[in-house]
Amino acid sequence: MSDLKAFAAEVREWLEANCPEEMRTPITGDKDICWGGRDFTFQSEAQKVWMERMAAKGWTVPTWPKQYGGAGLSRAEEMVIKKEMKRIGARSPLDSFGIWMLGPALLKFGTEEQKLEHLPPVARGEIRWCQGYSEPGAGSDLASLKAKCEDHADHWLVNGQKVWTSYADVADWIFVLVRTDQNASKHNGISFILVDMASTGVSTKPIKLISGNSPFCETFFDDVKVPKDYGPDISSVVGEVNRGWDVAKYLLTHEREMIGAGGGGMLDSRGPGEIAASAIGLGEDGRLDDPILRGKIAQTEIDGWAFLLTMERMKDEAKAGQNAGIGAKSSMLKYYGTELNKRRYEVLMDVAGSDGLEWEGERSRNGDLAKSWLRTKANSIEGGTSEVQLNIISKRILELPDA
Amino acid sequence: MPLVLTQEQEMLRSSATGFLEENAPVKALRKLRDDKDETGFSRALWKEMAQMGWAGIVIGEDHGGVDFGFVGAGLLAEEMGRTLTASPFLSTSLLAATALRKAGTRESQDALLPQIAAGDLVMALAVDEGAKHQPLNTSMAANKSGNGFKLSGEKQFVADGGVADKFIVAARTASVAGDRQGITLFLVDGEAKNLTRERTIMVDSRGAARLKFDGVEVTGEDIIGEVDGGHDILEGVLNVGRAGLAAEMSGAAQKTFEMTVDYLKERQQFGKVIGSFQALQHRAAHLYSELELVKSAVLKSSQELDDNFGIAGPVCALAKAKSGEVAKLAALEAVQMHGGIGMTDEYDVGFYLKRIRVGQEMFGDFAYHADQLAHMRGY
Repeated sequence: MSDLKAFAAEVREWLEANCPEEMRTPITGDKDICWGGRDFTFQSEAQKVWMERMAAKGWTVPTWPKQYGGAGLSRAEEMVIKKEMKRIGARSPLDSFGIWMLGPALLKFGTEEQKLEHLPPVARGEIRWCQGYSEPGAGSDLASLKAKCEDHADHWLVNGQKVWTSYADVADWIFVLVRTDQNASKHNGISFILVDMASTGVSTKPIKLISGNSPFCETFFDDVKVPKDYGPDISSVVGEVNRGWDVAKYLLTHEREMIGAGGGGMLDSRGPGEIAASAIGLGEDGRLDDPILRGKIAQTEIDGWAFLLTMERMKDEAKAGQNAGIGAKSSMLKYYGTELNKRRYEVLMDVAGSDGLEWEGERSRNGDLAKSWLRTKANSIEGGTSEVQLNIISKRILELPDA
Repeated sequence: MPLVLTQEQEMLRSSATGFLEENAPVKALRKLRDDKDETGFSRALWKEMAQMGWAGIVIGEDHGGVDFGFVGAGLLAEEMGRTLTASPFLSTSLLAATALRKAGTRESQDALLPQIAAGDLVMALAVDEGAKHQPLNTSMAANKSGNGFKLSGEKQFVADGGVADKFIVAARTASVAGDRQGITLFLVDGEAKNLTRERTIMVDSRGAARLKFDGVEVTGEDIIGEVDGGHDILEGVLNVGRAGLAAEMSGAAQKTFEMTVDYLKERQQFGKVIGSFQALQHRAAHLYSELELVKSAVLKSSQELDDNFGIAGPVCALAKAKSGEVAKLAALEAVQMHGGIGMTDEYDVGFYLKRIRVGQEMFGDFAYHADQLAHMRGY
């Protein structure tokens, strides 16, 4: 414990000296997020300096081993850094699918050579990754994916289409699920392959969503030649050929925890009750002047609090080594967290009234709330729909039989 | 404090599970009901529980208790919820013991706590005056009379009030209903003059009572805490009751859910077990998720009572509100998914449905606590 205290003091001092003032203000939208990558335009010099300083410390990925660009810290030490950053309101120096998804996959399934090749550029924000999972015909039933990957002796030949590929149009590399064995049963012929987006034959097309934004793309592969190896012993396939489903499943669990965790977050540091109190007003007894809306807000806040405690409990149980089967439990967190987040935004829209319906202009910060509300509708679809999560809970936790 | 049990607490839980399944299954409650038992619980069983330290779970060792804290107490309540064990655990060992330990006079502590820990004394808390829980609206009169007070008014929904040896009664020594100031807690003997009690058998087959005070005399020595300053003590005691009930309902709901899932795996229709139907699977999976939330809120509430007693109100309100709603859902789904058999008296599901309904209501239902939480959060 005293070690952690000393570490916290050290972190605090370093952050004070190195976190630029501009990076200590709350982010106001997607544009403030530092994604890194070959073509990334930094919003300011401060954003660039902040990312570079943190990367030099290994603190963009504190728990990754040092040789891969991390700082080799424990989870507890990582928490200390997060806490100290929160204390001064420091922004995240770098966010990316490379950190959230590819990193964990390579750390678990990659060879030493693959890790050394791909992880440090992720940690330094030099390469931005995207994820090629869903296809037009393979959504909830992901394992029925068809993107074809043929063995051509010295290279792989990839043909097919992916969809809902987040930020594919601005990514440098993609990790893709492809079918390498057409004859095997559906879970057994899939491989997890790494492809440079600059390869000939790769193209992307953004999809415009109900929010007006286009975070997702269609990604096309037309006769894309992928080298078998990117260097001596650096295979383009992660894990064994035809065993890519193991990697995919592992990552999906990871993704679910991440999306589910969003359910505990708040749009505003103020809760919906507090926002409503100022927007609608309180009666003489100090209660919101709209008893039915008030009840809905309270219900959402009660569930939100109980959900936060549940995430805390799951973490504590895992730490205490008590949480066998956390995989299926992540489905519970994903299901509940995303449904809760949708409910919360419905309530926030109720609270905002017609102010929340303005789509353009300064007053609504260009429809900030409305766009966030629309964005949450994807929460219970991406990373496996709510219905798929309920299936997983039924089968893996409750052990109910197949139909 | 991490949201996990310590090894000691795990041991307490597993020993409780074993004991209750063997000695106090639902069958025992069914027998008490069918025999029209006048006590409403088995005194012999309660004595045995006391010997294991349960009756003195939150009583200090100097008064014969085991001082295991509210997390330990919550675990026992949860296990008793699973088996629907009838006992004065809530009324006596949680509510009365807490009131005395936190605010009783040295004399009352020395006299009563050891008897509670030994399982020899049953006590009950008398708060509600109407059909809904509104402690702030306490208006039972406590008028000054000589050196003491005279209590006049009525109380209802007093758990174990039909057989209690002593009562803790909330009454008003000053101001009016709705005011925090002016509430005082009194110790009243069960055999006191001018006190009449009517035992009310409730839907869950457990005993409660309506009390009528017609100028019951109490002295200054019978006061718990300060004159006019009883509200905060009362709230602390009620929080313990709320967390205890939340734990009990969590246990009852978990057990109800397990019975339902077992039934889904066994009952066949259309040539298949009904648990293979997605319409039922998704409802079961949703309920599973809700129950996980309840477990977290319940554990946090008892930890908070151990660590920060004075500010545990909000999280106890959360646990009570959430557990009530989810336990109700568990009971309703259990009856529906069991179909006709769930409606029969022979099957245990109905006992859970009934006890959960009582647990939901006692010490504030969902609406009461949602209102309190909203108020605390400034809306």
